[in-house]
Amino acid sequence: MGRYVIRRLLQMVPVFIGSTFLIFFMVYALGDPVAALFGDKAPDPATAARIRQELYLDEPLWKQYGHYMGQILSGEFGTAFNGQPVTELMAGAFPVTLRLTLVAILFEIVFGITLGVLSGLRRGRSADTTVLLLTLIVVSIPTFVSGYVLQYLFGVKWGIVSPSVSPEAPFDELLLPGIVLALTSLAYVTRLSRTSIAENSRADYVRTAVAKGLPRRRVVTRHLLRNSLIPVVTFIGTDVGALMGGAIVTERIFNIHGVGFQLYQGILRQNSPTVVGFVTILVIVFLLANLLVDLLYAVLDPRIRYA
Amino acid sequence: MRGATRARWAVCALSAVLAAAAAGCGGGGGGSGVVRASWGDPQNQLEPANTNEVQGGKVLAMIFRGLKRYDPRSGAAENMLADKIETSDQQNFTITLKDGWTFSNGEKVTSKSFVDAWNYAALVDNKQKNASFFEYVDGYDKVHPASGRATAKTLSGLAVKDDKTFTVRLRTKFSTWPDTLGYAAYAPLPRAFFDDHAAWLRKPVGNGPYTIDSYAKGSAMKLTRWDGYPGDDKARNSGVELRVYTDNNTAYTDLQAGNLDLVDDIPSAQLKNAKTDLGDRYINQPAGIIQTLVFPMYDPNWSKSGMEKVRRGLSMAINRQQITDQIYQKTRTPATDWTSPALGDQGGYKAGLCGDACTFDAASAKKLIQDGGGLPGGRITLTSNVDTGSHRVWMDAVCNSINSALGNDKACIVNPVGTFADFRNQISEQRLSNPFRSGWQMDYPLIQNFLQPLYYTDASSNYGKFSDPQFDKLVDEANAEGSQAAANAKFHDAEKILAREMPAIPLWYQNGSAGYSDRVSDVTLNPFSVPVYEQIKVG
Repeated sequence: MGRYVIRRLLQMVPVFIGSTFLIFFMVYALGDPVAALFGDKAPDPATAARIRQELYLDEPLWKQYGHYMGQILSGEFGTAFNGQPVTELMAGAFPVTLRLTLVAILFEIVFGITLGVLSGLRRGRSADTTVLLLTLIVVSIPTFVSGYVLQYLFGVKWGIVSPSVSPEAPFDELLLPGIVLALTSLAYVTRLSRTSIAENSRADYVRTAVAKGLPRRRVVTRHLLRNSLIPVVTFIGTDVGALMGGAIVTERIFNIHGVGFQLYQGILRQNSPTVVGFVTILVIVFLLANLLVDLLYAVLDPRIRYA
Repeated sequence: MRGATRARWAVCALSAVLAAAAAGCGGGGGGSGVVRASWGDPQNQLEPANTNEVQGGKVLAMIFRGLKRYDPRSGAAENMLADKIETSDQQNFTITLKDGWTFSNGEKVTSKSFVDAWNYAALVDNKQKNASFFEYVDGYDKVHPASGRATAKTLSGLAVKDDKTFTVRLRTKFSTWPDTLGYAAYAPLPRAFFDDHAAWLRKPVGNGPYTIDSYAKGSAMKLTRWDGYPGDDKARNSGVELRVYTDNNTAYTDLQAGNLDLVDDIPSAQLKNAKTDLGDRYINQPAGIIQTLVFPMYDPNWSKSGMEKVRRGLSMAINRQQITDQIYQKTRTPATDWTSPALGDQGGYKAGLCGDACTFDAASAKKLIQDGGGLPGGRITLTSNVDTGSHRVWMDAVCNSINSALGNDKACIVNPVGTFADFRNQISEQRLSNPFRSGWQMDYPLIQNFLQPLYYTDASSNYGKFSDPQFDKLVDEANAEGSQAAANAKFHDAEKILAREMPAIPLWYQNGSAGYSDRVSDVTLNPFSVPVYEQIKVG
């Protein structure tokens, strides 16, 4: 187990270097960001040259990348154009997005799995059909539509919540954005767990458990659910990474100043330190979430062993 | 609303129990008398000479006052800190300051506050984006050489006489130069700016009607009225809270929900509803912005003789009225010259200088283009960045307008560019061989600002490289005139040359739009489309 984890962690190093370089290269390929700093006016050549020099933009790409990686290894992520260190931006943005992701994941787990189990056990009956229909509808509505509609209904029409989230972004204000963010994934979780449950409820071990005379509750939670959760856990694990980086739309709608906001701003202003820095952290989150999922397999299914 | 508040508290308490995260519960709201306004994250640090966009400009307009100030209504430059600005030759100016002005930290505003600030702004080492505003001052080429190191630290054209007087020597004659001094880049700076720069940037200190209470970069800024402010434009509210919004749709929703008092950028999708939603709390007035289509005059295909007919013909083929009505819901006005109505008569605006060339007339357009030898290569391409401002939409409309005027489906095509930076690079490297968009937002409400930087030979923002000796001569003469009226007349003559040569097609004047809640009143936008915060009354 320990050796497996170490091997996996070592495998992350090339992935990390490769992905940061790709992102660095892509932001670089967008062109010279200094030209956009002067608005409608033509950039003053002397000032523009000084700014480029300060940001190492006058060096060739490989030198810029080398300089940037050197900085990162010493824990220095560079500065955004407005003079803020990127680490400061991260310290502000990541906790907010993490809270939002937490709310969304909790919704997915609680409602998604519950609905999935209910419809899986009642396969083919009206409850199952209703849930299937509902998930179909939810999956087909894009996030920005559900976001704006729910925001208008809850925020303006009924005045139950504030339409936008304050900069501190406490949990209570993140409930609605969290639901919006979770909706699509929630539908997938429901469907995944439904299929899995429906399949496994005819498995031999379930029949054995029932034949042993175990109470139905114990059969479902201990035997059926635990074995059926493996695909669901895989999905939720990868979803953590996707939700953290992909909350751009939701964060814009509800004015949440999280990772999505900073990434959007960084891309718009072609600020490579911001974009690469944030994506680097996201890559790490994604890799770790995947590792955690793989380890969870062993917990859920004793037949799986890592040596 | 009672029920709503209670529900919010209940949710708040619930989450506090669940997650033990009581932080921020309740918060928000702002005290009574505070204006809650939408904001965007300023692109640059908030130094006066480094702020060239409207978001940072909002803050500077609240915490700084310069020698002159532009009247929020008429745009006319009026003395603020300056007692008088005198010249006998339009080139050497003596500036005398009024008594009694201090910074909010108690330091007196002296002539040194100005000279130090200007020297800081002009020095190339300080990388100030508005440095070029000081190019008219003698000695600018020493502190800001086009390449290499600065050979002087200070502008030789500036000299402090005493605490209240300083002199400025310009490179050339520039009669209306004093009227440019209302721009934020010319603001005075306190010693604190130079002594502890980092601390000043975290919480800027100025001499305007507001002081900064707290500044959370990227999310919010709270400003309070400065009770010791010596000017007569004291704040009529107790403070302003600026909130950063990433999406102006959300700001608009917050305004509807009563969480926000002022939105100064109505999303284009909501323009149709804004009038019915807000009634007379919707503002739509001219701002000092014009959009044009610039011809690449550096390309002989466009500059050879005879092509002026094609350029004029293309201008006449555009149905401006239809586009501004249908796409922009009248938040743009068809342009009839190369300046802006926001200048007012005094600033030099005169409608209709473009004449027939800016009036839609499909038949004449087609004839003119044929007379001129047709479109180069049989067709044209319009280029613009499309990341903001619904540029893609109007480009399509302009192309349709041209195509139908010429009776040719393929006469005009659109070349959208993904980012502004990329677009800007293509322009500055002269890679475009067809007309491209150019927007211009005025720095100060003078006709000079709309003409000289854009169409004078080799001027800084003359992207199309238009050059006409007669135009240059008229601009020089205008700058040497003693009175503003005489200068304006010369500039109008210069505009007539533009109408003949058509180096850029004037498309439309851009308006500033804003909406406000019923909690506030007396909301106006100044000619730079920045809300006049100090005049807003709450309650």
